[in-house]
Amino acid sequence: MIARLDDVRMDEVHLATPVAPEALARLKLGDVVYLSGALYTAREGVYRMVVDEGRDFPAEVRALTNVNFHCSPAASVRPDGTYAVEAVTATASFRFGRSMPRWFERSGATVVVGKAGLTERAYREWFVPHGAVYLTTVGYGMGAAYGQAIRRVAGVHWLSELGIAQALWVLEVERLGPFLVEGDAEGRSLFALANREIALRLDEVYRGLPPYAMGRFGETTARTDEVV
Amino acid sequence: MARPIPLKLVEDTARELMARAAIDIPADYREGVARARARERNRLARFVLTEMERNWDIATAERRPMCADTGLPRYYVRAGNEAVVEGGFVALERALRRATADATAAIPLRPNRVHPLTRADHDNNVGVHAPEVTYAFEPGGDWLDLTTVHKGGLFGTDYRMLFPADGVGGIKRFFVDTLVEFGRRGLACQPAIMGVGLGGSKDTCVRLGKEAACLRLVGSANPDPVVARLEEELTALGNHVGIGAMGFVGTSLVVATHVEIAYTHTGGLPVAIHSFCLSSRRATARLHADGRVEFRADPGWFTDHYRRAGVE
Repeated sequence: MIARLDDVRMDEVHLATPVAPEALARLKLGDVVYLSGALYTAREGVYRMVVDEGRDFPAEVRALTNVNFHCSPAASVRPDGTYAVEAVTATASFRFGRSMPRWFERSGATVVVGKAGLTERAYREWFVPHGAVYLTTVGYGMGAAYGQAIRRVAGVHWLSELGIAQALWVLEVERLGPFLVEGDAEGRSLFALANREIALRLDEVYRGLPPYAMGRFGETTARTDEVV
Repeated sequence: MARPIPLKLVEDTARELMARAAIDIPADYREGVARARARERNRLARFVLTEMERNWDIATAERRPMCADTGLPRYYVRAGNEAVVEGGFVALERALRRATADATAAIPLRPNRVHPLTRADHDNNVGVHAPEVTYAFEPGGDWLDLTTVHKGGLFGTDYRMLFPADGVGGIKRFFVDTLVEFGRRGLACQPAIMGVGLGGSKDTCVRLGKEAACLRLVGSANPDPVVARLEEELTALGNHVGIGAMGFVGTSLVVATHVEIAYTHTGGLPVAIHSFCLSSRRATARLHADGRVEFRADPGWFTDHYRRAGVE
């Protein structure tokens, strides 16, 4: 049982896509994960189309993989029509939380790779019921190292509607990583663990720092409170 | 009148600067991160920094962007007072816009720039007020200094109007507030170069904080000893918060703090905070009329003339 950051073992795990539910259930917080096979990028542009507008998620992508990367690649379309995808890094995932339950249903995804994770509540309410886990990228900003693991661009969907940054890119990868297990199959979060330990120290950090002469709305908890 | 600096030289150099910025981590920042890693005791935070160093090596060896979020590419132009550009400064800005679009496809950069409401993307990082081009002038020269900065910017920045009664203690509180807000989960992609703008009007304050983060070398100090002391205190305080790389418990939050000041309203103490991330991307070159181009590490943006205080 991992109760503190010091309990994290950082065991190395290699997963092939589509990732089986048993493999996901075995992942422990802080395990160092490498992925081989296929995954696709999808973020707010794709979610808007599939979750909000009800467009169909491409069946061939669903058949190929269950890994959704919260990513926009540094990519371009070459003059001959082929694709250059040189670097991939994640974007912050908490912004997409609201879309995730419906997204899991429509896409069949059970692995989300992103930046900075979601709250434990989000995992429990939105991820765990769909058997989904969350892997966080490392850094952040390992664009070149992750880019090096791309073997081929297997396809791109909605490029003209969404543009390069928001399109759904299907990537074949070999040993893409490292990622860290941030949200496990039971909805625990590595970052939540870290935040609890950080919070223990904050009173001491703030000791000696005076309160502001003028507050900001939002720092008070009641609408009737004044900011001065 | 001085010989004009050829326009083609401007455009070719701008394209090369875009590639260098996106691919090669500046040595001063890399050394700062190496020092942060040496101090760091937390295993997870150390692992992150070791992997980042590996990433920078791969980026340089394979000429790939170090991070796929290639930020919002922009330019800082400093012209010697006697500099002349072929076609004038309107032509210079057109050349910088062309270089931005070309480099976006060639490197490639991620086409990040979109219309804020329609989210329309031209796939070239060019649009209304994009890329930003900031100009400054220096006495006694016929050269042109061209710097590009590629900075992300969703997390790690804030502005607040404080008051003289808040003093240095208030500045420190706001600094810690910002670090705690954005340092957890590693949203700020720390360890960061923290840039702090103090004083001025609001726009000056925000601009100076950004330039302090992006255009000074790690290891440099503000020439005003009062400001330099605050820089050291803020760095020490930031690394005492207890947050490391990626928001794990640790000491690797701040690589350096750069503070720049502007004279401000007698009743106010505006503060702007910026953080330049694990992909602190900048590149600089000086262009001469005879066609020489000198690439260098230091943007050299904060000169004595730029910080001038007197009437003349």
